[in-house]
Amino acid sequence: MKIEDVQHLATLSRIALTDEELAAYAAEMDSILEYVDHVKKLSLGEREAVVPPHANPLRDDVPTHEPGTYSDAIIAAFPKKVGRLALVKRILGNSHDPS
Amino acid sequence: MTHHNETISSLREAFIAGTDTPSAALERAFAVITERDPDVHAYLEVYEHARDAAREADAAYGRGEYADRPLLGIPVALKNNILMKGTRATAGSRMLENYVATYDATVTARLVAAGAIVVGATNLDEFAMGSSTENSAFGPTKNPLDTSRVPGGSSGGSAAAVAMGSVPVALGTDTGGSIRLPASFCGLVGMKPTYGRVSRSGLIAMGSSLDQAGPFAHTVSDVRTIMQVIQGQDPLDATTYRDDEYPAVPVKQTYTVGVPRAFLKGIEPDVLRVFEEAEETLRAAGHTIVDVELPMMEEGLAAYYIVMPAEVSSNLARYDGVRYGLHVEGKDLITEYGASRAAGFGKEVKRRILLGTYVLSSGYYDAYYGRAERIRAVMREELASVFASVDCILTPTAPMPAFRVGEKSDPLSMYLTDIFTVPANLTGVPAISVPAGSVSREGNTLPIGIQFMAPHNGEDRLYDIAERFVGE
Repeated sequence: MKIEDVQHLATLSRIALTDEELAAYAAEMDSILEYVDHVKKLSLGEREAVVPPHANPLRDDVPTHEPGTYSDAIIAAFPKKVGRLALVKRILGNSHDPS
Repeated sequence: MTHHNETISSLREAFIAGTDTPSAALERAFAVITERDPDVHAYLEVYEHARDAAREADAAYGRGEYADRPLLGIPVALKNNILMKGTRATAGSRMLENYVATYDATVTARLVAAGAIVVGATNLDEFAMGSSTENSAFGPTKNPLDTSRVPGGSSGGSAAAVAMGSVPVALGTDTGGSIRLPASFCGLVGMKPTYGRVSRSGLIAMGSSLDQAGPFAHTVSDVRTIMQVIQGQDPLDATTYRDDEYPAVPVKQTYTVGVPRAFLKGIEPDVLRVFEEAEETLRAAGHTIVDVELPMMEEGLAAYYIVMPAEVSSNLARYDGVRYGLHVEGKDLITEYGASRAAGFGKEVKRRILLGTYVLSSGYYDAYYGRAERIRAVMREELASVFASVDCILTPTAPMPAFRVGEKSDPLSMYLTDIFTVPANLTGVPAISVPAGSVSREGNTLPIGIQFMAPHNGEDRLYDIAERFVGE
């Protein structure tokens, strides 16, 4: 895998990698992908086209606890906060805003 | 002095008889930790406040109020990806170094309700990603039987905590072998339950279609006792199943045991010898051993290294440095995400997130993830047809004994330690590792485990054959 490809994956993954890390992962990824590419060569016969069934058990869409039960503990874990609100950097108007 | 030869039932008998107390047992646990843990590093944290619960347990035994709490006063340890309200749940990661759990995992709540005393939190490969417990951000755990070697992983801290005699039982989690491999390397019994038998609520998720929590112990009987406490449907985990979900898997007088012989190539010769001796033991006890073919289980293993990282990359997307966990300042939000995740995650976690992102990328999804899920379905069918003619399947737990710390430096060779354990996670069936013998490496005697797999919900059959095999 080329270093640019690893950089692309790192961008998608939201992980800032150093040049050394990019080079190291680029080298390792090839042997791992060579191993996992084995799945492409397997013959599944008539089951090739079968999409495995997925059942999602769903519970009733109702509240499961009193509002506020966990709020204090969860707010306490915010790394940056203003009062009871989590503080994040502005999204609109920065350099990554496509508009 | 240690818990080495102690079991849940021996402790409980002594507590009831008044010849021992939960507080005394807890102090013995602390004493072993003080003596051994500087070398072993099984624990990330030891809970001094456990003394309060132990004193209450003393009093309850004094009043004769123990009948409805099967684990009253029993010291246990929890892998640190299992939440316990008010204590740190680090998952072995800098990302969660200071994260304090806001609620109890269902398994924690059930253990505590049964009277167990949680002694401490055990070390693990970061986010349970590894086979050696060398990937912890807080330093590796060593194998108590030979501290130049790994305890296996990712639940190596829990295995080492039991093997060094600090606690009789501990909980781990198993996504691709993370309970069974350390059980094999440390000479213990370890169980990966049927997917959905034990609630995943409050486990820090790795691969959600694969993860299960389960126990380590010295005896099959203790594993069964812990399972009876932690198992069962839970409204907080919709994948836990009802008792009648699967057909009954009865206990029998003798069993037909299938061995996927072709699968055994490539294991170390003396490990194979231990395995073949185990087959002889089973034959001598009246069981029938037959060879079975499970080609997809052998060929399709790579599917695990698609499904698992795919689920990892999705599950770990939540660590954004905004709501909890490590936060690194940056000029804008996207820079903060990248910097927080770069600083919070270790090498193996990043590797798996990148790999998962790759296999889920547009244009690759069908070739990798879609195909891996189909292989899983075929594997399940293949296994079901083999279980029509055999009662359980027997393999070694691992192709080797505990390896040396630092021995496996390339990721692929580490991944291949899991070849015998991964199929149970991909297919959801239960599997148990029990000690079968030992081999010698550089003058040290190292334990070797064998693994029994049964059809879904076949835990009772696994306890039965495992107990008879080890002679309990």
